[in-house]
Amino acid sequence: MLTKTALYFRDFDWFILLLALMICIVGIVEIHSATQFQKGDKLYLQPMYKQIYWIALGLLLLILVVSIDYRVITENVPYLYVLAILALLAVLVIGQRVSGSKSWIALGAFKIQPSEFVKIAIVVTLARFLGEIRTEYLSGRDIVRASMIMGLPFGLVILQPDLGSALTFIPILIMGLFLGGLRTKWILTSVILFTLGIGLGWYNLKEYQKDRIYTFLNPESDPLGRGYHAIQSKIAVGSGGIFGKGIAQGSQTNLGFLPERQTDFIFSVIGEEMGLVGTLGVLVCYFLIIMRSIHIAQTARDKLGIYVAMGAVSVLLFHIFENIGMVVGIMPITGIPLPWLSYGGSSILSTFVLLGLIINVRMRRYIN
Amino acid sequence: MELKDFYTDKKFQQARIPYIQAAAVLAFLSLFFGLWSLQILKSSYYQELAEKNRIRSIALVAPRGKILDRKGQIIVDNRPSFVLSLSQENLSNIEKSLPLLASGLKLEMDFLQSQIQKYRQPPSYIPIILKEDITIEDISFIEAHRSEFPGLDMIPQPRRFYREGEMAAHLVGYVGEISEKQLSSSEFSYSKPGDLVGKAGVERTYNQILTGIDGQKKVVVDSRGKEVATLETVEPVAGNDLRLTIDLDLQHAAESAFGESSGAAIALDPRSGEVLALVSRPAYDPNRFSSRISRADWEDMINDPSRPMQNRAIQSRFPPGSVFKVIMTTAGLQEGILTPDYTDYCTGTTVIYGHLFHCHKKEGHGRVDLHRAIVNSCNVFFYHLGQKLGIDRIAQYAHALGLGVKTGVDLPGEDSGLVPSSEWKRKTYKTDWYAGETISVSIGQGYVALTPIQTARAFGGLAMGGLLMIPHVVAPDELKKWGKASNISYENRVPLEEQTLDIISQGLWGVVNEGGGTGHRAAIAGFDVCGKTGTAQVIAKDKTVSREAKADFKDNAWFVGYASKDAPEIAAAAFVEHGGHGGTTAAPIVHDIFQVYYEKKMKSKGPTQLALKQPGSNGLQ
Repeated sequence: MLTKTALYFRDFDWFILLLALMICIVGIVEIHSATQFQKGDKLYLQPMYKQIYWIALGLLLLILVVSIDYRVITENVPYLYVLAILALLAVLVIGQRVSGSKSWIALGAFKIQPSEFVKIAIVVTLARFLGEIRTEYLSGRDIVRASMIMGLPFGLVILQPDLGSALTFIPILIMGLFLGGLRTKWILTSVILFTLGIGLGWYNLKEYQKDRIYTFLNPESDPLGRGYHAIQSKIAVGSGGIFGKGIAQGSQTNLGFLPERQTDFIFSVIGEEMGLVGTLGVLVCYFLIIMRSIHIAQTARDKLGIYVAMGAVSVLLFHIFENIGMVVGIMPITGIPLPWLSYGGSSILSTFVLLGLIINVRMRRYIN
Repeated sequence: MELKDFYTDKKFQQARIPYIQAAAVLAFLSLFFGLWSLQILKSSYYQELAEKNRIRSIALVAPRGKILDRKGQIIVDNRPSFVLSLSQENLSNIEKSLPLLASGLKLEMDFLQSQIQKYRQPPSYIPIILKEDITIEDISFIEAHRSEFPGLDMIPQPRRFYREGEMAAHLVGYVGEISEKQLSSSEFSYSKPGDLVGKAGVERTYNQILTGIDGQKKVVVDSRGKEVATLETVEPVAGNDLRLTIDLDLQHAAESAFGESSGAAIALDPRSGEVLALVSRPAYDPNRFSSRISRADWEDMINDPSRPMQNRAIQSRFPPGSVFKVIMTTAGLQEGILTPDYTDYCTGTTVIYGHLFHCHKKEGHGRVDLHRAIVNSCNVFFYHLGQKLGIDRIAQYAHALGLGVKTGVDLPGEDSGLVPSSEWKRKTYKTDWYAGETISVSIGQGYVALTPIQTARAFGGLAMGGLLMIPHVVAPDELKKWGKASNISYENRVPLEEQTLDIISQGLWGVVNEGGGTGHRAAIAGFDVCGKTGTAQVIAKDKTVSREAKADFKDNAWFVGYASKDAPEIAAAAFVEHGGHGGTTAAPIVHDIFQVYYEKKMKSKGPTQLALKQPGSNGLQ
């Protein structure tokens, strides 16, 4: 008879963590490459080292998350959700404005982006709400209430205004409603409403948001203005070829042509310096993480576990697809980070928490 | 278990998960194909773009060759200058500080905006030119505000410097940005858009010799346009220095002799055709063109009623007045109409073909022989001569002496002038020549109009016994040096009889040196100056007179001469617009040129010989 700790140790998903850590290592290397010419910081404060600290902290958080039964976590959903809403309100009041958006809270030397953590709260809150529904199909009231759970933080993030981050909440709701039993006719209706919503939303978009969409459709139309990011990213990735230019050898990266290179466009750096070998390697890691997470959901102990794991999957998948899609030019430019790769504490911590939730579900899959 | 057991019937959810799985696979597949397309299919295309991003070639503008006078003194030089440019990548950073930049550089906001707009198209690595030829104040302003204006660059660019300003402006010309028309011509096949090329004068004619070969520097730049490494440098090759036949001392003398008057003067060596000095007034400062000139400035210059851009020495024709009498004399003597004992009687007027013609001396010159007719410039004498010669014989000799035809001087835009003939009249007006029209031509009025350079060349030719040289500002030897030797002969001999030449030179000597001679102001002791004055009436309808000057009907003044009488080495023509009498305003200009020439000559001969020389002696050679 194994002890409880040994059981946990056995059921812990070492493979998925290994995949995430491999991605982290690639990220550290390329963050180093992308920032090697930024002078002024002390060595231990350079982005590469900061990223390592964040990853270490992320692993601690992951251990914390897996050690508490996900059902216990969902028990405390009201606190988590209220905390998330308060954090978003705080951002609106005391937040720091970075390139037009008030998305950051300064905590001493660190800056925290609450919207990254709010995702987690939405995932567990929706899981709790949907997990307790006992009817097969969702009623209209259920749909409205589920939408409100997502809609409140969504609205607050829009107010920052940070449309890109807000958009990352939507997949959680869609995932939840889809799994929760949205009727096929409702699915069709929502597709129609969504299309209409785009049409209406267009008029309410800010100019720069519209510009981004125009640019997405035709980046070459304005190579110096709106299309600059898209073009430079494609040049970086494309010029990397199969084997890349070598670590710290990318001209797009090191001569500064690539914008936001250690954060949103870190994948372009990998493309340029490690080539298709690097990009496919990372892509395969992500693919395995997603597939394995879906499998974990499939074999979860209960509905709650499915919602928790699939909620986390929805966030990760959307981030991966949007970010890499933006880098290769099949998605519009939005400033959302790539899990475990992009430089930044908030993203690293929140993605490790999400991973912790997935592993948590796996560890407690046996009904006992 | 203390935990609430959630509903464990999860079949519905498990049934829907595969759809999500399929969507995820699809998402990853599309990313895979995106990467495949970029990194395999279009890789070489993007590699090229990355190289273009990274590598920039900077043109290193070659300085043009200097223009020197015959002794090697610099007339046109280059000076260092800087062009202020802004890299396009930094445009967004700088947009807010544009008003500050505009005020700091004393530029109009509109201009800045339009300049930025002009460059706002690919390729993006071409820096925006904000200001050319920036001043010291601009430089200190930029240095003081470095941090506010990232991406501002000062690119060194040699610029033409016309040391003498307006002096010899028409001779040396100016440079300007190559026109589209020039670009498509074979003459400028070695030029590229944006190049500065010669637009007038020597700069234009000898552009090819003066133009250097631009170098280029290939550098690696970062996204701010900052150079981080140099890949290769091809140094520019400066253009060839070009030595002119101009003598700066004579040029200075001619320029200062003009004072404020308009007109032209040209001095040349009749033995070789070398141009020693060339003045046209009013002048312009070619330095104004060495920075790209504004449209307003350009239009100002073009529309200036005094036409400062016109090189009056070679591009304008004027009735020569009495200067033409020398050609009449040549024709008369050669045709045997004039003989040494030929005389005429001047009463102050004469009636020819029923028209009354006046001499400039109302009371008349009385009985005049040829010599007196030249010295005193008797109109009646030449009316009668013209009547006897007829227009076609006059034209024949005038043309032979290079009048009414282009001299072939190596400067652009030469005018041919006009010596009328019956054939010309038929061609131009479709009517016959009226014999009466010959009478005014006989005294250099009517249709006849000459360029100053033609008259100087013709007088030089007569001085040289009929040897006419093609005037030029660059000697054949100099051209050979730069591989531009031409096979054309500079010589053209007009067969004239010894007696003709003697009588003419005696007459022209008398004009300057005898009592009552109209050109006495040109006389120089020891240097037998010969010449002829001309005073041409200004006729309002005459196209050669600017319309605005209509009110000013003062006569145009001429003096054309050479020295010395028996050993000619310099010929000169001076033309003063509305100068009144030729002997009063034009002769002193030629005098000043000859004076400087004579002094230089004496100095180079050494003091001993000067001291030994007898005053008034002719024997210089």
